[in-house]
Amino acid sequence: MRALSRRLLALAVVAMPAVPWPAQAIDAAAIARQGNGKGAAPCIACHGVDGAGQAQAGNPRLAGLDAAYLQKQLDDFASGARASAVMRPTAGALSADERHALAVYYSRLPLPRSLARPAAPVPPADGLGARLATRGDWDRDVPGCVQCHGPGGVGVGAHFPPLAGQPAAYIAAQLRAWQQGTRHNDPLQLMQHLSAALNAQDIQAVSVWFAAQPLPAAGTP
Amino acid sequence: MKHVLPIAGMLLGLAVLAACTPQPTATAPAATMAPSKIATASTATTAPPRFTPPAETAIPADPLGEVIRAGRAIFTDTPGHAGAYVGNGLSCSNCHLDAGRRADSAPLWGAWGMYPQYRKKNGHVNSFGERLQGCFEYSMNGKAPPLDSPEIVALETYAWWMAQGAPVGVKLPGAGYPKVGKPPQPPDYARGAAVYARNCALCHGANGQGQQVAGRDVFPPLWGPQSFNWGAGMHQLDNAAAFIQANMPFSRGGTLDAQDAWDVAMFMDAHERPQDPRYTGNVEETRKRFHDTPMSLYGTEINGHMLGEPGRGR
Repeated sequence: MRALSRRLLALAVVAMPAVPWPAQAIDAAAIARQGNGKGAAPCIACHGVDGAGQAQAGNPRLAGLDAAYLQKQLDDFASGARASAVMRPTAGALSADERHALAVYYSRLPLPRSLARPAAPVPPADGLGARLATRGDWDRDVPGCVQCHGPGGVGVGAHFPPLAGQPAAYIAAQLRAWQQGTRHNDPLQLMQHLSAALNAQDIQAVSVWFAAQPLPAAGTP
Repeated sequence: MKHVLPIAGMLLGLAVLAACTPQPTATAPAATMAPSKIATASTATTAPPRFTPPAETAIPADPLGEVIRAGRAIFTDTPGHAGAYVGNGLSCSNCHLDAGRRADSAPLWGAWGMYPQYRKKNGHVNSFGERLQGCFEYSMNGKAPPLDSPEIVALETYAWWMAQGAPVGVKLPGAGYPKVGKPPQPPDYARGAAVYARNCALCHGANGQGQQVAGRDVFPPLWGPQSFNWGAGMHQLDNAAAFIQANMPFSRGGTLDAQDAWDVAMFMDAHERPQDPRYTGNVEETRKRFHDTPMSLYGTEINGHMLGEPGRGR
């Protein structure tokens, strides 16, 4: 029995280089750690070993995000539908199967413990950021962000990513990108349309508010 | 017949109820109408002025203000604050956007001054409180809170507060949903399905069941057991088309043309949903008594299925 399995294992090892492997055999964790050896940089260099992102640099959390959302972003980076000087070459160097594997991998990572308690204090409930996030400003046709991104910005499904606990610099940069048209891969042009109504002060306030929202307990994405 | 405060559920499961710290009344903008303008509005010759409800920060920090805020809380998270009377996951604010403040979204300030009102739906004069009870029975597929219950009193107080300065008995611009003209072609299920897939499925899901997070609707179900029932105003094609064209897709109101709005309203309302509470035991008879209008698909056959037939959609 044991000998047989050893022989099978040997066979598998011999066969490995010759046979193209199906997607599930891609070691997404290894790519995340080391890159894929074909030009894709290691994800952890910017998104952290646990996928928590880097608040200072404005690099977003990936751990626990929806797999379909992550895959769409990777695919869009690769095709150029979403512009990014860093992510375009990185995603472009990944095969479609690798992008899929990485999206699934990051979606399954637990919420990093480091994000369970926000670094910054939560801004006041009657401030501009809270108001825009929870109520919106309907005089400008702007609904509250949480009305699509979920209570506290926890994220909803494949199209409304979490905002809670994302770096304020990242949220603000995305809002500006929607506004300036440099990001335009949103369904129904919802974000391009909404961001056009915001001013610099709005963007700053709402980004800081979401960055300070607590995430659900670690380990429960 | 006036469609003031039509009912039922669509987009938008919630508006998070962050604890709000109101400013003193004096610092906040008050209702915008000067008394002279109100006088003008009451004459039939001039159009009534546009009404702007008081800012939310103007809710007073006193016992009255507490009830106003309780009303707002019920309005924006109805299952969370009036759960005993709600039979689905919908909230009032699903169909009355911006917590009931939004013009052309059947705002509370446009409804308050129109009651008491004779309603064909039940054949007698309804107080505002009774009208709210109807929302619970039909749109929320629940049961009516008693007129003197804290829930009804809070909702009335919230509506009253929002309508301060508005004329009584005047249909204000922005009240109700703006009627959509007849479409070039009769509403069509297949075209509606295509409109739905393009514009609505993103939030409400391909199956119309909305999207939930932590047991709460973020995007409300449009049909099926967790949606409004066959007695709700939104099951009528004209109401649904009007709401949709003015307010959907969420934050992109006014982008669908009349044909699209009617087609997608028809698609939504041709799906099964909870039984009309006035059901007599017989679909045909119930249709004759309560749905005898081309605006209701109840008791009609769509794609080989008789809508309203017991045992479907509950």
